[in-house]
Amino acid sequence: MFKTFWMILKRDLKLALRRRSEIFTVLFFFIIVVSLFPLGVGFDEKMLQSIASGVAWIAALLASMLALERLFSSDYVDGTLEQMLLTPQPLPVLVFAKMTAHWLLTGLPLVLIAPVVGILYHLEAETVKVMMFMLLLGTPILSMVGAIGAALTLGLRGGGVLISLLILPLYIPVLVYGAGAINESMLQSGNIEPYTLLLSAFLLLSLIFSPWATAAALKISLE
Amino acid sequence: MSLTVSNLQCTRGDRQLFSELSFQLKAKQLLFLEGENGSGKTTLIRTLCALFVADKGEVLWCNQPIQEQIESYRESLFYLGHLNAIKGDLSVLENLRFNHAMSGQKCSDDDLLDALDKIGLYGYEDVPSRQLSQGQKRRVALARLLLNKSPLWILDEPFVALDVAAVELLQGIISAHIESGGMAVLTTHQEVPLTQEKIQHLNLDQYATQNAEASYV
Repeated sequence: MFKTFWMILKRDLKLALRRRSEIFTVLFFFIIVVSLFPLGVGFDEKMLQSIASGVAWIAALLASMLALERLFSSDYVDGTLEQMLLTPQPLPVLVFAKMTAHWLLTGLPLVLIAPVVGILYHLEAETVKVMMFMLLLGTPILSMVGAIGAALTLGLRGGGVLISLLILPLYIPVLVYGAGAINESMLQSGNIEPYTLLLSAFLLLSLIFSPWATAAALKISLE
Repeated sequence: MSLTVSNLQCTRGDRQLFSELSFQLKAKQLLFLEGENGSGKTTLIRTLCALFVADKGEVLWCNQPIQEQIESYRESLFYLGHLNAIKGDLSVLENLRFNHAMSGQKCSDDDLLDALDKIGLYGYEDVPSRQLSQGQKRRVALARLLLNKSPLWILDEPFVALDVAAVELLQGIISAHIESGGMAVLTTHQEVPLTQEKIQHLNLDQYATQNAEASYV
């Protein structure tokens, strides 16, 4: 089972590295969205600090959404997905490997680029650390919940738009707790623990349920 | 070892494709699926692979419904559809290695190279698959047949895009598989040289629902 997981993970990463433009699209999208806000709302230090958390999270949601459509579609078009469904290996394991690859290629780079947001929005080092930690907890949820939507809309016309309509409402808790923790950390008496715990609970919940839900959705889409 | 289909009925959308379809396939037998375009050949094949659920009837593998033994059934099954499952960004060898490894059967790189050699792709192992022609891509997909040890092969139009030499090669591979105790289901118009008693023909047009117009209502 672990062998299958590694095999798919390795293949997806190898494919992505041979098409590097797709990784950079997501990363540059994030950077551009984040840097557009100061241009639009002005350079007031106080205001930028107060909107930083929300902007960073919304940019992260949209950036991770950008690559979701491709999560299963290329394997669907060339028949690989059909072959995967017919292997003796349990489908949720295969699906989980694809989710992990998606996170490593779109979620993790956002965590690493977060200090750029800190510089643009005059954030203190401590706040940047909290932001990186919350993104580290939250972005895997985006990949896992998003995969359910990607599987459900597979093969549909205009699937890309449909995913956003299906999945963005489900991202609301991640946005609320993720951004809340960063705002909280900017206060003198701030306590981020409740936010961290709630987001971790969401992470565990999606770890347990999303591979099965995605596998079920794929079976329906391929019937 | 046998594949049994009893009283199968399949509907696609509002249209009933066939009903009361029954047959049995035993070891050392080959089944040709025939029928007009749209008669439900691919739907039947997808039902046999448990990708599609029939309205009525069941598919039995070794006298047990396939849904009850899905993992062991999938180990005994090799399916190749219209699509080759080839990734253009991977080399020929990488594609073959991944696709074969997914079946859970082990084999060394030497075996993979040997299979590519036999299927006529010697020297292509490191070529990115996107540079291959349609027929060559089909050959990469078919190279898995040489490595696969599953008893039941289900092939949907396996001869499409192949040249004369490759067609002959594939006919040889399939008849060798049958001779060695395997079984195969094929949709094709190409003959495979085997003695008559080993070949069954199933024409889906005979099972098409008579009141086809009524099913539209």
